[in-house]
Amino acid sequence: MAISEPVLSVRNLEVAFLGRRGKLVAVDGVSFDIAAGEVLGVVGESGAGKSLTGAAVIGLLEPPGRITGGEVRLSGQRIDNASPEAMRKVRGARIGMVFQDPLTSLNPLYRVGDQIVETIRTHKPVTQAEARERAIALLQEVGIQGARARIDSYPHEFSGGMRQRVVLALALCAEPELLIADEPTTALDVSIQAQIIQLLKRLCGERGTAVMLITHDMGVIAETADRVAVMYAGRIAEIGPVRDVVKRPHHPYTQGLMGAIPTQATRADRLTQIPGSMPRLNAIPAGCAFNPRCAHAFVRCRTERPERMPAGSSEAACWLMAETVTGDPA
Amino acid sequence: MSGSALVEAQGLSRVFDVSRPWINRVIEGTDKAYLKAVTDVSFTIQRGQTLALVGESGSGKSTVARMVVGLLPPTAGSVSFDGIDMWAPAREAERQKLRRRLQMIFQDPFASLNPRWRVDRIIADPIRAFGLTSDKAETEARVGELLRLVGLDPADGVKYPHEFSGGQRQRICIARALSSNPDFIVCDEPTSALDVSVQAQILNLMRDLQDKFGLAYLFISHNLAVVRHMATRIGVMYLGRIVENAPANQLFEAPRHPYTRALVDALPDLTMSGRRRRVIEGEIPNPIDPPPGCAFHPRCPLAFARCRSELPLLLAHGDRQVACHAVEAGRA
Repeated sequence: MAISEPVLSVRNLEVAFLGRRGKLVAVDGVSFDIAAGEVLGVVGESGAGKSLTGAAVIGLLEPPGRITGGEVRLSGQRIDNASPEAMRKVRGARIGMVFQDPLTSLNPLYRVGDQIVETIRTHKPVTQAEARERAIALLQEVGIQGARARIDSYPHEFSGGMRQRVVLALALCAEPELLIADEPTTALDVSIQAQIIQLLKRLCGERGTAVMLITHDMGVIAETADRVAVMYAGRIAEIGPVRDVVKRPHHPYTQGLMGAIPTQATRADRLTQIPGSMPRLNAIPAGCAFNPRCAHAFVRCRTERPERMPAGSSEAACWLMAETVTGDPA
Repeated sequence: MSGSALVEAQGLSRVFDVSRPWINRVIEGTDKAYLKAVTDVSFTIQRGQTLALVGESGSGKSTVARMVVGLLPPTAGSVSFDGIDMWAPAREAERQKLRRRLQMIFQDPFASLNPRWRVDRIIADPIRAFGLTSDKAETEARVGELLRLVGLDPADGVKYPHEFSGGQRQRICIARALSSNPDFIVCDEPTSALDVSVQAQILNLMRDLQDKFGLAYLFISHNLAVVRHMATRIGVMYLGRIVENAPANQLFEAPRHPYTRALVDALPDLTMSGRRRRVIEGEIPNPIDPPPGCAFHPRCPLAFARCRSELPLLLAHGDRQVACHAVEAGRA
């Protein structure tokens, strides 16, 4: 693979729901790249379009939602217009998935080993015995004690954290180039969450897997991601190296979001609060979607939609960035 | 301390019978099974203060909340509110009066509002139930005032719950809880179903209301950072017991119990100080068959022989209480 070529490249992706009352655009002109071995965090509140972006990349949008514009390329090859049969070969083999709820991502009627063996044999030319050995090795690698004995257990015999380890093994068993993890730790307790995050980071780092980590938890992003994209109302508000976005956010939405998170380090008297809530899809304001909640909004914000522009080492879709030539936060 | 306490729990315990049906027990030859959800939990809450209970799933914090508010009878122990035992059988009349003074806010603002009732009726329900107003106009005025208090428009009263977002619904739940002029509100994970920016709004609102009305809160959460923001004192629960109970700032600056330390360490670090987080191994054991001695010993880096056999008592260390043999022996 050429160094310059990203594993995943998304350009101007648009996802819309076409219904009787017209078209509701849920993901609007989203572009980003993920390089091999890189973790891109996609963060946002409910309804920001982060999960839909992930579902669009792996071709699992539920009708009536569908991709209505833009391109998705996996190692240079377009996959957004691939046939369902072709996509079935891509999923699992070249893109692995981890979802929020480990109980619903495993089939309760099959032993976990059989599920892993089936996935390996679907995508790799190996015998049953080889696949089983590989499954045991994988289970050991994700930290399941006594993998040789537990491979014949059913999903209900595992705890939540152990199940998520099995799901991770399942997602990585065909050695995909890209892993999409949608809220992988949200259903887990903090101590287990920390274990799973470390594991995910280690496994993908060793294999050079590109990771798209979708979460609402800025803490998880700060610990795991190399770069972060902050989504708001279907668009990327800010994207950049995780350190910059967390410590020196440029977009007023990111600033508000960071201030709203209680931290353990200091007990602030009041948390920053962003007034109002995210607009519904049928009532996205003209201009910048964030302008009704933004303390810095001016005339241009209400009429003209900002594209992403440079802001320090990040990019922010905010007219304030056009005002300040240096790109410092206003 | 206990003399002025508004709420006092003494040796609160709750056991659930989780046995298989009788016929299965006979056929399979199994015994009855009991789950000790909460064991010997004691605490006090002063007027105008917040006690937070934190812990992971299955630590028993919600069971404590339900016993304190009177939804679940304790197996042993007592809860007294302003000196009156809430579960004493003979004092029904007094308890009736108490009920006005304590309220609850639940986790899921979608499930805790009746979808067929208009918001004004939902909020007016406690007012009517306790007969707090004398006529309809007064009730309406009170509902309008409560809606304004939680940052909604009095005109919103004619709407139904589905017309509101999650954060607004939680505001409605808070307005309903406030409608009977309570002294004490039990909040069971009040913001864990909300997005961070909305969570900040609700936490700020709850702090403002506490200052305004001198409310006491029992705040149940799994999120340590939220707890730090809200609590005066924090009780850390593990497998049904309080393992450490300390003033909020002390708990974060110098956690003593190894489990508290692990929890504080496991928090994702937003300041990106480069601190490596120490991950605790293992998972919470099955509460039906808990480990002997200290329940945390299989995961504890400081465990020694005594931890495996003898249950540590919750002992006072200055202003805090810690249940740990290693702390007691001065090893931590």
